[in-house]
Amino acid sequence: MTPLNAETLLAAPAANRFDVARVREDFPILQRLVNGRPLVYLDNAATSQKPRTVIEALNRYYSMENANVHRGVHYLSEQATAAYERARRRVQRFLHARDSSEIIFVRGTTEAINLVANTYGRSRVRPGDEIVVSAMEHPSYIVPWQMLCEAQGGRLRVIPMNDAGDLLLDEYERLLNPRVRLVAVTHVSNALGTMNPVKEMIAVAHARGIPVLLDGAQAAPHREVDVQALDCDFYTFSGHKTFGPTGIGILYGKAALLEEMPPFQGGGDMIRSVTFERTEYAPIPAKFEAGTPSIADAIGLEAAIDYLERLDRPLMEAHEAELLRHATEALAPIPGLRMIGAAREKTGLVSFVLDGIHAHDVGTIADRDGIALRAGHHCAQPVMERFGVPATARASFAFYNTHEEIDALVAAVHRARQIFG
Amino acid sequence: MDDLGELYQQVILDHNRRPRHFGKLTAPSRSAEGHNPICGDHITVYVRTDGDQIAEVSFEGSGCAISRASASLMTQAVSGKPAQEAEKLFRDFQAMVTGDPAVATGAREVERLGKLAALAGVRAFPSRIKCATLAWHALHAALSEAGSVSTE
Repeated sequence: MTPLNAETLLAAPAANRFDVARVREDFPILQRLVNGRPLVYLDNAATSQKPRTVIEALNRYYSMENANVHRGVHYLSEQATAAYERARRRVQRFLHARDSSEIIFVRGTTEAINLVANTYGRSRVRPGDEIVVSAMEHPSYIVPWQMLCEAQGGRLRVIPMNDAGDLLLDEYERLLNPRVRLVAVTHVSNALGTMNPVKEMIAVAHARGIPVLLDGAQAAPHREVDVQALDCDFYTFSGHKTFGPTGIGILYGKAALLEEMPPFQGGGDMIRSVTFERTEYAPIPAKFEAGTPSIADAIGLEAAIDYLERLDRPLMEAHEAELLRHATEALAPIPGLRMIGAAREKTGLVSFVLDGIHAHDVGTIADRDGIALRAGHHCAQPVMERFGVPATARASFAFYNTHEEIDALVAAVHRARQIFG
Repeated sequence: MDDLGELYQQVILDHNRRPRHFGKLTAPSRSAEGHNPICGDHITVYVRTDGDQIAEVSFEGSGCAISRASASLMTQAVSGKPAQEAEKLFRDFQAMVTGDPAVATGAREVERLGKLAALAGVRAFPSRIKCATLAWHALHAALSEAGSVSTE
């Protein structure tokens, strides 16, 4: 159903390298100008751009296929239901999950985490129990657990990190006492790019019988994720950061856990039978999908995954690693520039501060050259406090970024230094 | 001069580098915090009033060049002025940076805003208006004893 841009994707690259120029043609927005200059989009950790196939999938669904799912016996409803469930199976294969019933469609990573906190969390956390998170979490990963702990009388414990932005694994192990009900850590940090050794961390937690939830919002767009190989209990990611539409995200959970958990929201689609006395809930995944879902966006996400998986993943990862190396090597020697985060393993993301120049000013100066950067505390105030900086400038890369764009970023930093003398 | 040049005028860069009235007053009668959660700018404005007059004013905190320079210029502009006049200045300043055409283009208004007119370049940068007005919101909160403000 999802047509692929075969010319672009299946053509063998001239050399054994990632063909960025051809890939860029698949992203309409990358052809536009911003402030009279070609857009240099380096804010991929906030949201990614969408390939034409995703935009067309949304357009086609609303133009030709729109109907509600799991309801009517009419043709379009059957088609929409089939498409929606096919998208679920596509996500299942993307995450290497055992069964498609383990894939819950939600609005995004934030909602996925809130779902787990409000169902698994509320049914398991008792006064004095603990949830372990890490020092590099996004607020969407801190606040739901804080709310849960407040409601249940639990405690939030934090895995510390070193100056490079690597978690202290010895400290982590020490935190895993018998009161810990869940470890909830990020796979890749949105502020530092740190790729956490999650497989090892999961094994350590499992040895003590503690389940693990991973925030994969920054990992899924860049690395192959295999939830069975990782053996994580829950995994989450957002469609919009993974080249798909906004309004759709995924919660993966092991079936045994999902089946035990109480439902999240009540409504249509999540029930088997209902009377005024009692409701019998639907089996998973429907139990967690109350109301009409984001059907078009699920189909859009399927198109995004199709697109992503048609790319040569090893070449794509090598290209992103090259962009990171280039950016790090070009920025680090600039006088007064301090890189924040030098973890052992990183995805394509650089966070930095400049002496005497606030990140916000760097962001504005770059914007005049059409460069989209993030400037601020990146929804990671605790991380910023850890490094003693109020804000950083962050450039985050995707496979469609080029070395010329890194050069443009470096030039903008020099321009900022010039303006601020 | 291009937009960036308009924004980062020498006077702004100078006040950013060497902010005036920076630090806590020894005996403030009022203070208020200003916080811009989007970019993390955070400042506190201290005021010592003498009757209806702003006898002394200062600020501290961290923020971008625009928020620092604006705070610094504000302390100079309102020192020794009646609180009411400071509030009037705030309204004029806000109109200027948000691009209210009645104020922004009126030479007479710019003349009355004095050095504050250096921040007129903010008009071309909508995302920076909150930076420019942060200290003013905090001053307003201090004068009305509101405690703290957020530009969100």
